[in-house]
Amino acid sequence: MFEIDWNILLPSLVVAGLVLVVLCVDIIRPDNKGGVSGYLSLLGVGVAIWVSLSLWGRSPTHGLGGMLFLDNYALFFNLIILAGTGLTIFVSTGFLEREEGGRSEYYLLILAATLGMMLMAAGADLIVIFLGIELMSIALYILVGFFRRRTDSNEGSMKYLLLGAFATGFLLYGIALVYGSTGTTNLREIELAVAQGRVYTHPMLLGGVALLIVGFAFKVSAVPFHMWAPDVYQGAPTAITGFMSAGPKAAAFAAFFRVMVASLGDLSGDWSGAIWMLAALTMTVGNLGALSQRNIKRMLAYSSVAHAGYVLVALVAANERGIAGGVFYLLAYAFMNIGAFAVIVALGRKGDENLEISGYAGVGFRHPGIGLAMTLFMVSLAGLPPTAGFFGKFQIFSAAVEAGYIWLTVIGVLNSLVSVYFYLGVVVSMYMRQPVGQAHAVSMTPFARVALLTASLGTLYIGLAPTSLLQMARQTVSALL
Amino acid sequence: MAVATSHYLILSAILFSIGVAGVLTRRNAIVIFMCIELMLNAVNLAFVAFARHLGQADGQVFVFFVMAVAAAEVAVGLAIIIAVFRNRETVDVAEVNLLKW
Amino acid sequence: MLSDYLPIVLLLVIAAGFAAVNLGITHLVGPRKPNPVKLSPYESGVPNIGDARLRFSVKFYLVAMLFIIFDIEVVFLYPWAVVFKDLLAQGTFVFTEMVVFLGVLVLGLAYVWRKGGLEWD
Repeated sequence: MFEIDWNILLPSLVVAGLVLVVLCVDIIRPDNKGGVSGYLSLLGVGVAIWVSLSLWGRSPTHGLGGMLFLDNYALFFNLIILAGTGLTIFVSTGFLEREEGGRSEYYLLILAATLGMMLMAAGADLIVIFLGIELMSIALYILVGFFRRRTDSNEGSMKYLLLGAFATGFLLYGIALVYGSTGTTNLREIELAVAQGRVYTHPMLLGGVALLIVGFAFKVSAVPFHMWAPDVYQGAPTAITGFMSAGPKAAAFAAFFRVMVASLGDLSGDWSGAIWMLAALTMTVGNLGALSQRNIKRMLAYSSVAHAGYVLVALVAANERGIAGGVFYLLAYAFMNIGAFAVIVALGRKGDENLEISGYAGVGFRHPGIGLAMTLFMVSLAGLPPTAGFFGKFQIFSAAVEAGYIWLTVIGVLNSLVSVYFYLGVVVSMYMRQPVGQAHAVSMTPFARVALLTASLGTLYIGLAPTSLLQMARQTVSALL
Repeated sequence: MAVATSHYLILSAILFSIGVAGVLTRRNAIVIFMCIELMLNAVNLAFVAFARHLGQADGQVFVFFVMAVAAAEVAVGLAIIIAVFRNRETVDVAEVNLLKW
Repeated sequence: MLSDYLPIVLLLVIAAGFAAVNLGITHLVGPRKPNPVKLSPYESGVPNIGDARLRFSVKFYLVAMLFIIFDIEVVFLYPWAVVFKDLLAQGTFVFTEMVVFLGVLVLGLAYVWRKGGLEWD
C-alpha cells in the first residue's frame, strides 16, 4: 500500500528539503543576513534543475495515491520555475544589501513559493493544485510586503492579500461544485467522469468550471481580474516583481492548462468562448493600460497582463501547436522579463530607485552594456524578430489560426503593434534623449552581472535557435491532449 | 422533514454570497478579511455536504486542508494588516491609496 | 393536541402585553430630568475610567497567530490517530510519516523561539 515511486516526488522533495535546510541555517545563526542562505539556495536550485533534466523523457506516470504527475509537462514547467527562481536569487543578493533588507527569510520564502509552484505544475488532484497555489501565494504576500517600513510595499502586500484570498474563495467554491457533480477531485477521474457522462448535475459542473476560471484568471492576472497587478507590481521590491512575473505566472498557467485541457477538455465547447473573451480583453486592456504609464514597473505590470492575454490565446486554441507555443512562450517570457527587472534593479540606487522612464535618458551611452541588454529585452517583449518573444508569439498566433480563431489572431497582432510603441519608448529614452543631471555610477555585484548575462543570452538563444527547446515543448503536450 | 443535502448547499451558497457582498461593500481591512473567511467556511460546508451525500471521505479531507490553509492565511494576513497600520495608522482600504491606477 | 397549548399562548401574550403597556406608559407619562450621574452606565456603581475600546498590545496578536498556526495542525493528527492501528500492521511508514510532519512543525517552533517570538518582553 505504501509503495512510493520516489522519482515522482524527487524534484519537489529537493526543493522541500532545501526549504528546511535554509530554515535550519536561520535557526542556528539567527543574526545571519542571508548570505549563506543565498548560496545554499542557488546550490539547491541547481540540483533541482539537474534532477528535473535527468527525469526528462520518461513515460508519464502518476503516484502517491494519484496526487502527483511525473511527465514532461511538469518537468518543463519545473525548468521555467527554477530558472526564474535562480535568476531572482542572483539579482537579489546585491539588491538586498543595497536596500538593507537582507534577511534570510527572504530566500526561505522564495523557495517555499517555488515549491508551491512546482506542486501546481505537477498536481494530479485539485487538492494538490490548491495547496500549491496557497503555498505560493502566502509566501508571495509576505515577499511583496518584505520592506515593511515602506508604505508602498505594505500597501501592495495588503491589496494582494485581500484580493488574492478573495479569488481563492472563488477557486475553492469552483472545486467544491466540480467535486459535488463528479464525485472526485482527481484530475484523471474528473476527465473520465465527464467523458462517460457520469455527472450528477450538468449545470452545477458548469458553474464549478466558471468559478475555477475566475480563480485561475485572477492568478494569471487576466482582465477583468487584473486590478491587483499594477499596484502589487509597483509596490513590491523590484527583484520580487521580476520573480512574480515569471514563475508564479507560469505555474498558474501550468495548472490552468492542465485542468482545462486535460480534465475538462470535453467541455471545451462550453468554456472556450469565455476564455476567448478573457484573452481578447486581457491583451487589449493590458496594452492600452501600459501606453500611458510613466513608471517602468507599472508599465511592465500592464505588459505582464497583456502577455497573460497572449498565452490565453494558446489556451483558446487548445491544439498541439497552441499548448506547445504557450509553454514555450512562458519560458521565453521568464528570461526576458526577469532580465528587464535585473536592469531596473541595476539602474536604481540606494534611496532612489529611479523608476521613471524619463530617468532612463542617456543610459544607452553611459552604460552601454546595460543599455544593450535592456534594448534586447524590450525588443523581445514587443515581439520583434530575432528574439525569443517573436518566436513564441509566432507559435501561439499560428496555432490560433490553425484552430480557426482568425479574429482573435487579428486582435492579438494589432495589440502587438500597439505594444511596440511603449516598449520602444524605453529604448528611445535610453538612446535619443539628452540625460538630465549628472551620471551616477552603476555598481553591479558579480551575481547581478551573471543574472543579466544569463537572461540576455537566454533571450537571444531562445530566439535564434529555438528548435531544440520547441522540440521539448512539443514533448510536453502529450500529457494534456 | 429531514434536512436534505440541497438545504446545506443552499445555506452554503447564502453564506458565500454574504461573504462576497461583505468583501465588496466593507472598507475596514479586518472586516473584509473576516468576510473572506466566511466565504471559505461556506465552501467547507459545501464540501462536507457533498462528502456525506456521496458517502465518501474525500470532501472531508479537503476541508482539513482548507482549514489549515485558512489558518496560515489569517496569520500572514493579520501580520500584513498590522504592518500597514503601523505605517499609516489606518486599515481603511479607501484611505490606503498611495498606489493609484 | 395543539389546542391544549392555547392557555399557555394566551398567558404568554398577556404577560408580554402587560410588560409592553407598562413600559410604554412610563415612557409617555413619566417626567424626564436627565443629569450626568443618571446617564452614566452604572448609576450607583463604580465610576467608569476611560473608553472600553482601548488599544491593547500588539503582542497579543503574535500569540494569537502562533496559537492558530500550531493549533490547527491537530486536525491532521486526529484522522491519523483513528486509522493508526490498522495501518501499523502494514509497516511503520504510517509512523514515520507523522514523525516527519511533526518534525517540520518542531522546526517552525524552533524558528519562532530562536527569533524571540515566544518572549513577552
